[in-house]
Amino acid sequence: MQIFECPFCGERNETEFHFLTEAGKERPEPAEEVSDSRWAEYLYLHKSPRGKTSEIWVHIPCGEFFILQRDTVTREVYQSISLQDYQTKKV
Amino acid sequence: MENYHIGSLITQGLKKKPSWKPAWRKAKAKPSYDVIIIGGGGHGLATAYYLAKNHGIKNVAILEKGPIGLGNTGRNTTTIRSNYFYPESVALYDLSLRLYENLSKELNFNIMFSQRGMMMVAHTPTQMEICNRIANAMVINGVDGELLTARQVMDKIPLWNKKKDARYKCHGGIMQNRGGVARHDAVAWGYARAADGFGVDIIENCMVEDFLLEAGRVKGVITSKGEIRADRIGIAAAGGTPYLVAKLGQNLPILDYALQAFVTEPIKPCLDVVVLSLGTGTYVLQSDKGEIVFGGGLDRIPTHTQRGNLPAQETVVSGLLEMFPSFGQLKLLRQWAGVVDVVPDSSPLIGPIDTPGVYINCGWGTGGFKAIPAGGWLLAHLIAKDEHHFISEPFDLNRFNTGRLIDEATGSGIAH
Ligand SMILES: Cc1cc2nc3c(=O)[nH]c(=O)nc-3n(C[C@H](O)[C@H](O)[C@H](O)COP(=O)(O)OP(=O)(O)OC[C@H]3O[C@@H](n4cnc5c(N)ncnc54)[C@H](O)[C@@H]3O)c2cc1C
Ligand SMILES: [Zn+2]
Repeated sequence: MQIFECPFCGERNETEFHFLTEAGKERPEPAEEVSDSRWAEYLYLHKSPRGKTSEIWVHIPCGEFFILQRDTVTREVYQSISLQDYQTKKV
Repeated sequence: MENYHIGSLITQGLKKKPSWKPAWRKAKAKPSYDVIIIGGGGHGLATAYYLAKNHGIKNVAILEKGPIGLGNTGRNTTTIRSNYFYPESVALYDLSLRLYENLSKELNFNIMFSQRGMMMVAHTPTQMEICNRIANAMVINGVDGELLTARQVMDKIPLWNKKKDARYKCHGGIMQNRGGVARHDAVAWGYARAADGFGVDIIENCMVEDFLLEAGRVKGVITSKGEIRADRIGIAAAGGTPYLVAKLGQNLPILDYALQAFVTEPIKPCLDVVVLSLGTGTYVLQSDKGEIVFGGGLDRIPTHTQRGNLPAQETVVSGLLEMFPSFGQLKLLRQWAGVVDVVPDSSPLIGPIDTPGVYINCGWGTGGFKAIPAGGWLLAHLIAKDEHHFISEPFDLNRFNTGRLIDEATGSGIAH
């Protein structure tokens, strides 16, 4: 059993969280200029790193979307950052 | 290759010290080959076998980072079926099933293929409609599929939970009679032995770390045992594939997850079909040794380690006990996990990648044991001819650019 931290609710059981995608992708724009393969890359491709990774997760009970930094091999959890803080570069 | 038959069994059996030869050589890597296959799981071994058998390409090496067959091929719950939804999938998985039907004979190796049938149990009228839809799809796709009434299901699995307060009562089901199980190790060993018989080198404990490139084309690999050259390389490394392809600067639509399985102590025969409950998502079968083998859904946290987590165990075990309360008396002997390579549409990736000379066969996720003969057949075709077999064409990576996904996750419901 793992404990993750929701930036809003604090520490909770892993079963309350849902993985969405790897963090750090930028939506390619403008749409008219985006090739099919570039769009597919944005939608579907993953780096799937071994080791430290940043991912977007949601805490299902409260609906908070956030960045979870953790290790995909050791399963160590480093930190949770709310998307707002992340976007305003407070972190 | 030493041919196994009743005579050799008797003569060897009568000897004080049987003199069976090892089923395959411990090969030493040559400096170069016509084709290198990365990954000595079922798909890699089958690919080498069909390269030799179907295409006459025998100067082939299989490079496996550990011993062969101990990846997902040796960790899975061995269920074989072809009851998928889309015609593309059925063509693929039924090719595999047909090859399995003759495999023991073809390889001269008993893979213990048992077509005991694969049954899905529905619990509500709505789920029964889903079964109807699957049965129709199967029949249209030319595969055997049969709807069962609640009565017929109960006759097949008398131990099913019939308590008044059962959460998932049986409402009916659907059966694929040609489905079943095979011994997973035997599939790996049988292909290994037959490939070795054609002269293929199986090189164990040889980890591929990087690629040799010349003028943008692949020229070989860098391994823990040094450089080995080849102009054509097939990757069948399951969860290890994204890591390898990343060395060539390419990302794949794959996330690695742990998938767990469980085995109880052996008991007398009590379950002679493979059963999946649409309510619990748990599936279960009885092995030839009498153990109850079962599993369910993925762990929900992406990972690269072969270790399962507790919440998924709880879900799967409680699912089993809901379906068969009497199994609650059994002791769990083993529990383990494999790292499975999951693609967004739950269909495999078969095809060339951006680097000329490199072809992949991966993304089988939770359900690629059943596909080993077909996966090997199709990757061998691709490598030998540098073009798709018509059955593998729809599974090319370009489906993510065209948007023509083969979404079996929503089409047929549950994997394995
Ligand atoms: C618990 C569990 C239950 C399952 N149940 C079923 C089921 O009931 N039915 C079904 O059809 N499927 C099932 N599956 C899925 C099935 O096991 C896999 O899809 C299938 O075995 C994949 O075969 P493979 O040859 O591609 O992979 P693997 O058998 O994993 O082989 C890949 C090999 O590549 C090697 N490798 C990786 N990286 C490198 C490298 N860099 N250099 C050298 N070698 C490398 C690995 O060591 C490994 O041996 C299950 C899987 C699991 C984990
Ligand atoms: Zn929260």
